[in-house]
Order: sequence, then structure tokens, then C-alpha cells
Amino acid sequence: MAKLTINGETRNLDVPDDMPLLWALRNELGMVGTKFGCGMGLCGACTVHVDGVATRSCSAPVGSLAGKKISTIENLSETPLGKALQKAWLDVDVMQCGYCQAGQLMTASALLAKNPNPSQAEVDSAMQGNICRCACYGRIREAIQIAAKEGATANV
Amino acid sequence: MSELVETLEVSRRTLLKASVLAGGGLMLSATIPGIAKAATGGKAASLNAFVTIAPDTTITIVGKNPEIGQGIKTMLPMLIAEELDADWDKVRIVQGDSDAKKYGTQFAGGSFATPMNWIPMRQVGAAARQMLLEAAAKDMGTAVSSLKTEKGHVIEPETGRTMSYGQLASLAATMPVPDPAQVTLKDPKDFTIIGRKIGGIDSPKIVHGEPIFGVDTKLPGMVYAAYERAPVFGAKYVSADLAAAKAEPGIIDTFAVPGKGGHDELVDGVAVISKNWWLANRARSKLAVKWDNGEWATHSTKGYDEQAKAFMASGKPAESLNAKGDAAAAFASAAKTVDAQYHYPFLAHVPMEPMNCTAQWHSDSGTMEMWAPSQTPNGGQTSVAKMLGLPEDKVIVHITRMGGGFGRRLINDFMHQAAAVAKKMPDTPVQLIWSREDDIRSDHYRPAGWHRLRAALDDNGKLTAIEDHFVTFDLGDGSFNPATMPKDHFPYAFVPNASYGQTKMKTAVPMGALRAPTSNALSFVFQSFLDEVAHERGTDLPTLLLELIDDAKAEPAQQGFFGKQPGFDPDRMRNVIKKAVAMSNWGHAALPDGHALGFGYYYSHLGHFAEVAEVSVSKTGTVSVHNVWIAGDVGSTIINPFGALNQVQGAAIDGIGQALSLAVELDKGAVTNSNFHNYAIPRMPVVPQIHVEFVPSDNAPTGLGEPALPPVIPAVTNAVFAATGKRIRSLPIDRKLLATA
Repeated sequence: MAKLTINGETRNLDVPDDMPLLWALRNELGMVGTKFGCGMGLCGACTVHVDGVATRSCSAPVGSLAGKKISTIENLSETPLGKALQKAWLDVDVMQCGYCQAGQLMTASALLAKNPNPSQAEVDSAMQGNICRCACYGRIREAIQIAAKEGATANV
Repeated sequence: MSELVETLEVSRRTLLKASVLAGGGLMLSATIPGIAKAATGGKAASLNAFVTIAPDTTITIVGKNPEIGQGIKTMLPMLIAEELDADWDKVRIVQGDSDAKKYGTQFAGGSFATPMNWIPMRQVGAAARQMLLEAAAKDMGTAVSSLKTEKGHVIEPETGRTMSYGQLASLAATMPVPDPAQVTLKDPKDFTIIGRKIGGIDSPKIVHGEPIFGVDTKLPGMVYAAYERAPVFGAKYVSADLAAAKAEPGIIDTFAVPGKGGHDELVDGVAVISKNWWLANRARSKLAVKWDNGEWATHSTKGYDEQAKAFMASGKPAESLNAKGDAAAAFASAAKTVDAQYHYPFLAHVPMEPMNCTAQWHSDSGTMEMWAPSQTPNGGQTSVAKMLGLPEDKVIVHITRMGGGFGRRLINDFMHQAAAVAKKMPDTPVQLIWSREDDIRSDHYRPAGWHRLRAALDDNGKLTAIEDHFVTFDLGDGSFNPATMPKDHFPYAFVPNASYGQTKMKTAVPMGALRAPTSNALSFVFQSFLDEVAHERGTDLPTLLLELIDDAKAEPAQQGFFGKQPGFDPDRMRNVIKKAVAMSNWGHAALPDGHALGFGYYYSHLGHFAEVAEVSVSKTGTVSVHNVWIAGDVGSTIINPFGALNQVQGAAIDGIGQALSLAVELDKGAVTNSNFHNYAIPRMPVVPQIHVEFVPSDNAPTGLGEPALPPVIPAVTNAVFAATGKRIRSLPIDRKLLATA
């Protein structure tokens, strides 16, 4: 029995310790905002925050997460930074299919939390683990920069 | 006659019917026989609602086509809302279920939706507006001519009297329904919604992680299924250790599923059922399935390549595709000839949302209910019904939003699997999900192909003859074969002597349409070869292309998939070529050391695109694309500039991925790629600056999902030649060929 803290709530899970967090979220807890893309930590669609660090939930066994703070896309709008990113995403109409965007947003918010004013090279480097098959990359870059500027003025 | 009028003519038979909504309000239904006929095989189509206006002013528009990220769920309702003069902020859009008899054909493919719907959807909106105007005139006791409409209201400017569409809706429903062909459509200069940057209708849900994709479907008591199929294409099930897999933690059941129908329907497999998909998928490793691989276990991409090269070397295609003039004589008297062999690999689609489908067999009503992320939900409904021996109306298909399509979801093999599994588990909802490995190893691949091209030039450098020996595949089972080429592929019509032929190799590899099918491969082959020809003459590709079409005339409109379609128009080709030349400063660009430009032009899906790529090549042979300039003509109007630009930018990056890194390989009859580490689609750092300009023309707008992709591939490979002097004749670009250190 794993006891996890997800989006500030304690959740008890009766699953094997080696089950990846992704499948506990999606199939046990019904939290389907976090997406399955590859199952090997290669595409970033399943990105969540574990103690603030962007983490591939498809490769994070629930047994390794006790006592850590897990945050998912469903919780992104709880922070001013998350809200700023969501707004920027909509303002520049980032997405085509949108399937990878939860992961993109979670990686972007972990980046800006650590580095509020990243260069394009830093953005590219932080985001290269997240595949967008529709290739909305130019707009993701743009939206991150807009949210970063927003953050600078709002001092979030 | 302009293309706009041509299209109008086709859709003249659109039928409208109005009724009063339960609780008051207007429901306007439309049938578009030209479209419905294609989907229902000519059966009479019934009416269904596209627009409802409720007394509380809410306007609901049905988005009838599947949304795969192409923006159709936002774009089609924009057409209705424009002519209706609706307040876009108050428009609600709902996804229609799969029902070809109600909506006409519903599919996402071929960049067809824009030209098919441009006029009919606007007619629906205009008719509704006319009925609202007539209702207002009656209510106000005035003439329609003294009224105008604006943002969901009818206004009498003289008196300032205003009524909302909601107030008028019930009365409007009793007004005579206009003939759609007689309604007046807006002058494009008066558009307020068409041409506006409008964000994706589902995007606010997506940024909050709300459940809207097929794989997000949740039903009470739902279980998950993983599906083990043979690694070797065409193999048959023999046996499996079902008990061993069933003994794994969390497994509810395991059973073999006998295949039925073709490779695009139900293939032999073993289903593993659990309350959690990860547990089901993990237990597959205990199945130890025995397959009868038959004759296919020896097939490999290396083997195909050797066979194809032998055919090309023989110099004689097995069959002629097309011939004109006397190519042999032109070659015999040529001042110069160019002879080159080209190759492109199998490709997978890899949409981000893996294939999945949710299905529930309702035993009391004998109904299969499905939630299907499919680009062809009507086709899936028909073939699942056939597989189960059910009448079509006993298969209900809910169309879900899709995490990408790219042509993969035109094939509904996963729907058949879900239905077959759910049928075995009456009244239990089953969600069947493929792993990424399943996806890459069980695709319907973009066919690989080989071409030996020859060109003859006379003393003046004029292209006097062209020959193509195309080596391709045949599934040998009579099923649809996408491994073909148009027999008059450019520049056939513009060269006096030409001969195209083909030789086919037998395969069991399932093949299908990948975004810009055939064009994504043929653009690379022909535009690279023409670049070779241009180089041989001492000119460049845009010069050669313009020369080839110098005295060409526009082809007349032709009967196409959905009615009259514009023919090839050399003026449109000239305009985009000249635009791309100007945008990139082609021939005069001051570039950093080691950088070079390459050119590509292609006409597909009724769109003309000319593209220029700027590349550099490192000492280790790594190609970097720095800039891409794109000029495209997709008609008179860009309906939603947000979505349109996104499609073009994405297509360019998609094509760059095909040029630089993508190939599906087979060995011993099975695909050896497995996941994104060995099928490496582009990531953010490789993305160039992309500069897009649309070149408007006097043609009805056409689709953008595909036509921007093909020319970027030869633009990149031709730029590599310009930078290094090394000709790229096989994709993806082989770094070893370019490495200098």
C-alpha cells in the first residue's frame, strides 16, 4: 500500500510498488490529465512535478515517491506561474492536437520556477525531453518567453 | 467561371429544414447530398441539426468532423457563425457522433474538409440569419430591408430597435426555410470571424488537463486491455500460455482473439485484461505466444533494397505507367543525360496519443457502443458492424478528440480489436490501449520506394525526355495499395518525351497514408532530381521549374472527390515560386560561412507551395536547418490564421524530421524500431526559424493539413548539396556520407 501526496492531498494506493506513477494516476485515481506517450521516459507527455522537479511519471515507481510532493497538470493553475503559462499558451494558440501539452506545461513551469528568465538555448535544452509530434515548438518557445516576461512584471 | 462558382454549383442541392427546439428556439438542419452520397453509397440522407439557437441566446453548432489537431472543430463552426453574424464568444461547439446519414461523410484526411465545406457551411449560417431577419421583420412590423444583423442581434438602425437571436429563435423556426442556393453570402471584405485569429475551441480544457481525448474516456466498471499481436506481419496465432499470464498480479482474464478480415481489420492476437493497463501490458511477457510466421519471416528492408536495386539496374520496368513521344530517340540524340537512383524508407506515423479505443457490448440491446479516436469513424462503424455481423445502427461510435492522426487513424484496426474484446466481456466497458512499441511495430506504414530517373538534355540545355523506373510494393491480396504514384507526375506533362514504368515486389508489410501521401516521398525524388538536372545545365531549380511551365495553360476544373476541383494552374505555381525566391533573397542572400540554400516546389491537395531551406553541415556530418521560407497558395482566404500557420509550421518540421532522421527498418519480417529513441522525431533544438507567407489567388480556400510538407524535404536535401557538393539520393540523410572529419 503506497501513500502519496498528490496536489496537496494524501492518496492511498493498493498497487504494486513498481507500478509507475502514471498508471496509478490514470487508472487508479482517474486523474487522466497526465498523458501516456511512450512508457520509457522518452517523450515527456507524462511529466509531473516531484518536489518541484519535472519528472517522467511513466518511469517513476510509486514505491519511490513516499513522502514526496507530487503535483500534476490538474493543479497547475494553483500557482501564479502556472496561470501565466496557461494564459500564454492560449494567447499564442500553441497547440494543434494538444495531447503533449500537459507535459510541455509541466516541464515549462519547472523551468521557469528555477530560471525565471531563460535564454532560448536554455528553453530548448530544458524542453528537449518533450516531444510535440504536431511540432508546435516555435509557439511553445514564444509562450514560455511571454510567461517569463509576465512573471518578471508580476514578480511571481 | 471562377472556382468559387464551380463549388457553389456542386453544393446547390443542399437541403435545409427548420424546427422549433423543445423548450423554444430554432433548430436548423442541413443535408448536403453531394457529400452525404459519398458517405452513404447513394442512400437517401436524413436531416440533422447543425445549428440551434436557444431562447437564452446560446448558439450551438455541431462540429461534425473528427478533430486530430488540424483545427476543424474550430474552423467549420467559424464558417457558419460568420454568415449567421453570431457573437463568436457565445457560440458553443459540440462534437457530432459518427453518423454519415445525418452529417454527410465525417473524416479527417486528404485536406478535404475546407474545400468540401467552404460553401455549404456558410449557406447554413446565411439561411439561419435570413430566417432570423424575417422573424424580426414580422415581430417589429417592418421590412427585412430596413434591418441588419450584428453579433447575435437583429437591429433596425433607423429606430435603434434591437432584438437578440435568442428572443427571435422560436419565431424564426416558423419562417419559410430558404433555398440554400438562393441565400446571399457575404462579400469577403465584410468577414468578421473568417480571417480572425481564433484559438482552438478545446484549448482551455487542454491546459487544465481535462479529459477530452479518446484515451481519457472513463466509464463505470471499466477494465483495460492490452493486445499481443504477431511481431511478423501476416503471421498466424498457434498457441499461448494463457494461464501463466492470467496468474500475474491484477489480471482478470486472458484469451486468444482469432483474426477476421484484412490487416486493417482484426489481426490474430491475445487479449490481456486488468483493472490497470500497466498490469495488463506487463503480463504480456508471460504469454509465450507461438506464431506461424509463414513465408514472411525472411523479409527485411535490406532484402527489399537489394531486390529493388537489381530491378533498377536491369533498366526495364515490369509494366508501363505512362509514355509519350519517343523517349528512346531523345536519349539517343541527347547532348547530356542525367541518371540517378533515389530511395525513401518506410515511415511510421507515431501520433502522440497511442492507438486506443473504448468499447462496451450492451447485451440487452445487442449494441456495440464505442468511443473511438478515429479519422474515419464512419468507416470504422461500418466495418466493425460487418465483423460482428450486426446492422450498422447497432454500432454506435462516439467521435473523440485525437492526440494526432497524420493518417494513422484512417485505419481502424484498433477499433476492431476493442470491439472483439468487448464482445467477449458482455456489459463490461473495455479500454484497449497500445503501447508505443505496439504503435511503431503495428503501423500501416508510409511505403518505402525506389526510383531510377533519367533525363535527356539537348544542346540548349532543354529537358527533352524524362524516364522513371519506380520500384514499389504489392500486397498481393487485392487490398488497397497506397504504394503508387500518379502516372503523370510533374514534370511529365511539360517534357516532350517521357516514359514512366514500375516494378512491384511482394510484401506483407501493411501500408497506409502518411500526411501528404505519395507527395511526401515523390516531392523528395522529383524535386531533387530536377535540381540535379538544373545543376547539370548550369542553372538553378526555380529557373528550370519556371522554364518548364513557360507556355503552359491552366487545366480546366475536374470532377474530384467532392465535386468540381480546380485544375493545375501554372500561374499559381509561378507566383509561389517567385514569392519564395523573393522571401529568401534566393541567389543574392548573404549567408554565414558554410550555409547554403536549397529549393523545393510541390502541388498537392490543391495547394501550391514553394519552400527554401538554409542549412549547414558540421564536420561530423550533422545537418542543421537554420531557416525555412515558405510561400503557399491555398486560395482566396485564410479562414483561421492561427490554425493555418500552425499547420504550415508543423508540416515543415515534420518534413525536416523525415529528411534528417526517420526510417522504419524490418528484419526477419518484423519492425526493429520500438520507441522514440530509435524512431527519433524532431525535438525543440532542431527547429529552425520558419517564415510563412500566403499568396492569395482567386480560388475557393483549400486545406492546409498536408500541402506544406512535401517541398521542405527536397529544399533541405538540395541545400545540403549546395553546401557540400554531395547529392542526397536516399532518406534519411546519411551523416556518414557528409562527414569530413
